[in-house]
Amino acid sequence: MPPAEAMPTGEPQLPVGDQVEIVGKSPWYLAYMRLRRNKVALAFGVLFIVIVLACLAAPLWANYVAHTGPNENHLTEKINIGGKETFVVAPTGIPIGPGLHAKFLLGADDNGRDVMVRLLYGGRTSIYIGVMAAFITTFFAVAVGLAAGYWGGWTDSVLSRTMDIIWAFPVLLLGIALGTALSVGGLQIGPLSVPADSLWIPILIIGFVYVPYMARPIRGEVLALREKEFVEAAVAQGKGPIRIMFTELLPNLISTIIVFFTLNIANNMLLEAALSFLGAGVKPPNSSWGTMIADGEDRLVTAPHLTLVPGLMIVLTVLALNVFGDGLRDALNPRAKLRMEAN
Amino acid sequence: MEGMGRFIIRRLVGMIAVLFAISVLVFLIFNVIPNSDPALRIGGKNANQQLIDRINKDWGFNDPLPEQYVTLMKKTFSGDLVSYQNQRNVIDQIKKGIPVTFSLCIGAAIIWFLLGVVFGYLSAIRAGRATDRALTILALIGISLPVFWLGEMLLYYVANKAGLFPVGDYVKFSEDPLQWANHLILPWFTLAVLYIGFYSRLLRSNMLDVMDEDYVRTARAKGLPERQVRLKHVLRNSLIPIITLFGLDFGAVIGGGAILTETVYNLPGVGLYAGQSVASLDLPPLIAVTIFGAFFIVLLNTIVDIVYAYLDPRIRLGTQAA
Repeated sequence: MPPAEAMPTGEPQLPVGDQVEIVGKSPWYLAYMRLRRNKVALAFGVLFIVIVLACLAAPLWANYVAHTGPNENHLTEKINIGGKETFVVAPTGIPIGPGLHAKFLLGADDNGRDVMVRLLYGGRTSIYIGVMAAFITTFFAVAVGLAAGYWGGWTDSVLSRTMDIIWAFPVLLLGIALGTALSVGGLQIGPLSVPADSLWIPILIIGFVYVPYMARPIRGEVLALREKEFVEAAVAQGKGPIRIMFTELLPNLISTIIVFFTLNIANNMLLEAALSFLGAGVKPPNSSWGTMIADGEDRLVTAPHLTLVPGLMIVLTVLALNVFGDGLRDALNPRAKLRMEAN
Repeated sequence: MEGMGRFIIRRLVGMIAVLFAISVLVFLIFNVIPNSDPALRIGGKNANQQLIDRINKDWGFNDPLPEQYVTLMKKTFSGDLVSYQNQRNVIDQIKKGIPVTFSLCIGAAIIWFLLGVVFGYLSAIRAGRATDRALTILALIGISLPVFWLGEMLLYYVANKAGLFPVGDYVKFSEDPLQWANHLILPWFTLAVLYIGFYSRLLRSNMLDVMDEDYVRTARAKGLPERQVRLKHVLRNSLIPIITLFGLDFGAVIGGGAILTETVYNLPGVGLYAGQSVASLDLPPLIAVTIFGAFFIVLLNTIVDIVYAYLDPRIRLGTQAA
């Protein structure tokens, strides 16, 4: 696939002299047409939506198919597999693996809990954290990027140096330091208090650590936009800086923001999994795909499905977002280049 | 060169300022947490109030925060820093971990750079064809894999089931170079996969940009063989941003990016030490490891900047805004 600039952007040429009304095509329409041609990206976009819907439908599966909740133990029970009564968790401590049975479709874990049900509920947590953290990162990165890029001077110096400090911090180390610290007593910002086992702790941490990775390229883009004639015109009309940021600069940043946002969700999900794996992310009673992998670690040899299954779900979801985000980038062709590090 | 000396000094001062800010930040993060009273940690479970009071006095935990910070930093740089958890010397522990972390990171860096360049090059010269598509998919899968999960899967399927490699652990290079490498092959690969994906994709897009440049057309027009155009003109010019990134990433990996790989494979490096200290909320090792990590990140950032400034006078004279 050639880069987007080299791709023919024109639609089929209308025959000259035909009685067809010529309608101008907006950049958004052109981007949409480019995206529509990219079948692979679309397929992965659909895959992501399917995964989200499946996780949203978790209670349906739990109530009508598996008849068990995500935290219900069946340690001492037996189920009928192929006419044979089998222990859900064998006396040796080894749980049953995946098989074609409505209950325990993907096997059971150490405590005799249904892995399929847990997978769907865990996915809700993982995706929720990924999306919410992406909103936080995007909000702050855009605010910082606009302020630093537009005002320049000391505003830029202060913001950029602060970003440099966060940037120089090893991401994972910062994440686990904050995660462990906050998991003891929760977080208290003024009137706002977040309990220690809340999902908002990992959300805030993940949202926070990625801000510089997104703010830097946005600032760069604002620096370039600031010199454009339309900004000059707006200044001449007497528009204030805040209004210029919202009405002149922000609309020009939208395509970049959309692409960053999509790829950011993918990175957030990977970081959440890593933090949860190290015990500094999602706390019980909540569970995510990351905590499921961590729980399965001890049973890697005797029950590999406990690690394999949630890991595959992370890979599928993150891959779907990456491929779709890539397609979006080709279609929207934002000027700034983004590269984020997960772990 | 004009202004070069001043530029380097400015960057070094900036580097020290950033490291200072980071050490203060870690110190604050761990001092505002409730329930992490270090005296309880040192005294153990059965400590009575008297013992706690004495520890607080001896270790200076009742001092004002700035004073505590200064004491901590003094100990860090004189090498007397000890863990609150088990009272082992922190600097010694880090020194023990350094050879392991460097063995892991340098090996992985070589693998990811070479494979990233080879895959990116192949992908670019076959752009749009089957090879390119296959490599693009592989690269995207590579950047979508959770590192620790990949490690566990390799441990189970390649090391445990197929028995091709040893299951984790580290052997010193000085003891047995072959076993050293044998134990590190899976960790190297695990750590490298993400970056192979990044680099091959970046190189591919850089090469495609460069291929449109006039000087490439000129090179072709004057009759240079295609191979030479690709290697000498296209690849060479596309590699510059990759090498910059390589510097930054190498710093990041040494400075904490290897925690997951070290944890999964049970490699006793600096990262594993950091992970264990975090779990026990042990401040001294965390401060030291974070400064250690940030030092490498900032150092390589600075080196990259200086090399760039050497190549581009606009940067060192401060005439370029970005």
